Amino acid sequence: MRRTLMLCLVAATAACSREQAAPAASAGTSFASIPARHYGLGRAATPEEVAARDIDVGPDGAGLPTGKGSAELGAQLFQQKCAMCHGPKGQGMPPAFPLLVSRDPKAEGFKFASDYKLPHSIGNYWPDATTVFDYVRRAMPLLQPGSLTNDEVYSLTAFLLAANDVIPMSASLDSASLMQVKMPYRDKFVPDNRKGGSEVK
Amino acid sequence: MTDASTTPSSEARREARLETSDDTISRRQMLAGAAGVVAVAAGLPLAAGGQGAKAPAAPAPVPPADPTKLQGAPTSPVGVRTPYFKPSRTPTGETVGNSLTPLQDLSGTITPADLHFERHHAGVPFIDPARHTLLIHGLVATPLMLSVDDVKRFPQVTRTYFIECSGNGRNAYREPKPDLTPQKVAGLVSNTEWTGVPLKILLDEAGAKPEATWFLAEGGDACLLSRSIPMAKAMDDAMVVWAQNGEPLRPEQGFPLRLLLPGWEGNTSVKWVRRIELGTRPWATRWETSKYTDPLPDGTARQYSFDMDAKSVITTPAYPQKITKGWWPISGLAWTGRGIITRVEVSTDNGRSWHDAELSATAGVKAPVRFTHPWEWDGKEAVLLSRATDETGYVQPTRKKLVEVRGIGTDFHFNPIVGWKVAADGAITFHGET
Repeated sequence: MRRTLMLCLVAATAACSREQAAPAASAGTSFASIPARHYGLGRAATPEEVAARDIDVGPDGAGLPTGKGSAELGAQLFQQKCAMCHGPKGQGMPPAFPLLVSRDPKAEGFKFASDYKLPHSIGNYWPDATTVFDYVRRAMPLLQPGSLTNDEVYSLTAFLLAANDVIPMSASLDSASLMQVKMPYRDKFVPDNRKGGSEVK
Repeated sequence: MTDASTTPSSEARREARLETSDDTISRRQMLAGAAGVVAVAAGLPLAAGGQGAKAPAAPAPVPPADPTKLQGAPTSPVGVRTPYFKPSRTPTGETVGNSLTPLQDLSGTITPADLHFERHHAGVPFIDPARHTLLIHGLVATPLMLSVDDVKRFPQVTRTYFIECSGNGRNAYREPKPDLTPQKVAGLVSNTEWTGVPLKILLDEAGAKPEATWFLAEGGDACLLSRSIPMAKAMDDAMVVWAQNGEPLRPEQGFPLRLLLPGWEGNTSVKWVRRIELGTRPWATRWETSKYTDPLPDGTARQYSFDMDAKSVITTPAYPQKITKGWWPISGLAWTGRGIITRVEVSTDNGRSWHDAELSATAGVKAPVRFTHPWEWDGKEAVLLSRATDETGYVQPTRKKLVEVRGIGTDFHFNPIVGWKVAADGAITFHGET
C-alpha cells in the first residue's frame, strides 16, 4: 500500500489506484509505469563538460584517444611510476598491490574455480585489453590518479600486455592496434545464467 | 604518530581482520610499499576512522545506585549510545578494503548508518555537495548536468533495501574456521531506508533514447569506480539516493549521491556517483573483468552476475557466545536479491530436521527479514543452521552443493547454509562445512 501511494505521488496520475496495486512481490517495486515527464531541472551540459569526464574506453576500442606508446617506453615508465607498489617485475604485493604480470601455465585450463591461489593477472585472466588502458588512465598511479598523458597510458598498456606475453616487447600501441589485441582467455567469459528458482547454478 | 595500534597484539588483531577480505590493504603492506611512505608523508588517511584513532580510554561512567532518586541528564543536541553498547565495524585503517557490520550486536533489520559496512576501492572522498554534479550523457536527447539540489527537486521515494557485497562470506566459504563471528561470516551486508529519486525519472529528463541498452555509472572517488548496468535495471527499480535512515548519506556510503540497485551486488550501487553514460554494450571495466566475475568448474567465468541469491545467517547464539541449558531464541537475518523471503527454516540437529522459523518483520522486497525460533538447549552437542527460501522457489544451498556447482575458488556470490556448533560445555563455534 505504501509503495502504491508513493508510485501514485511520483506518477502524479489519477489513474493510479489501490486496486491496481501489484501483488506483494518484487514486481510491485518497479518504477517502469511512471510516465515520462519533463521537469525542466538541471541544465544542458556543454560539450567541454562532457569531454572532461567522458574518459571511458569500451572493449571495442570506442573512446580510445589519439596518441601512441611503446612497450619499451612503458617498461621505463613502469619502473618510475608503478614498481614502487607493484614490484619491479609487476609481481605485486598482494593483496594490497595486485600482481599484474603472470602467464601461469596452470591458467591454461582456466581452472580458477578449483585453485583460488592462481592469480587473476592480466595475462592469466583479463578478457579485454582495453580494460588495462581504461583502468590505468582513470585510477593510476595510486597517489596521482589521472596524471598520466595518453601517450604514457599507451606505453604502460603496451608494457603490461607485453610483460604478460600477450604482445611482443617490441610492440607499440595506438587506438587502432590496441582494439585489435585479443586477450588469451577472452572466450572463457560467459553471461550469468542464474535465474532463481529451484536450480542452484 | 602516537598510535596504540602499533602494539603487537593489536597488529595481530589487524591481521586477523585482514583474513575476512579479498584485497584489503593492510597497514603493514601499505607501509611496506613505497606508496605507503608517500602516503604518510602526504598525510593521507592511512588510519582514518581506524583502530589507530583510539584515544586513551575515559573513565567509565558510574550509574547512580538508584536512578529514580535524582534528576537525569539534560537534553542534548545529538544523542549518543549508552555506554553499555559499543558496537564496532572492523576497520583496517586503509583506503582500499572493507569494514564489516557487527551483525551479532544488532536487532531488527535496519542497520544504523554508522554501522553500515564499508568497501572502498580508493578511500572515502571528501566532497563538497555544492560542487558535486551528476552528468547524464551518451544516448540521450540532451546531455544533462544536475546539481545535488536539482536531484532533490525531482519526485522522491523512500524504500528499504539491503546492500550486500558479493564478496561477502568468501573466507567462511573457502576456509571455514571455528573462530568466525557473524560479523566475519556475513558482515558485508547492511540494510537501510534510502530516500532518493527513481533513476528512470532522471533518464526521462535527459531524454534517454530507446536504442540504449546499457549504462555506465561512474563514481567521484580517486579510482572513478565504474560499472556497466543493463538499461532494464535503470527502468525497473534503480534509484539515485541522497539519504540514509532519514539523514544525508554518510560519506562512506556515497555522500552526496549514490546509485542504488536493489538486490544487486553492492559494487554496482556506485557511490559518489557523478556520471551516467547511456550506450549499447557494457564497458568491461576493471570491476567487471578482473574483479566481480565468478570462475566456474567448467573452465569459464560468469560475467555481469548481478543478482544476490537468497541467504540467511543466525546472528545469535553465535561465536564467541557461551550458553547454559534452557531457552534461547535463535535469531538471524535472511534476504534475497530476487524479491521476498518466503520461508526460513532452522535446524538444531545439523540439518536432520528443520522447523519453520517465525518471520518477525513483514518481509520486504529485497530487504532482510528477521527470523526467530525458540529453542531449549538440553546440554547436548548441537549444530544450529538456517535455510532461506525466496519467492522464486530458490532454496539456500549447502556449502557442498555450492562447491560442486561453483568450485572452491569461485570469487563472488557466497550464500551457503552456515551455522554454529554448540559444544557440551555451551561453547559456540562457527560451523561452515554444510
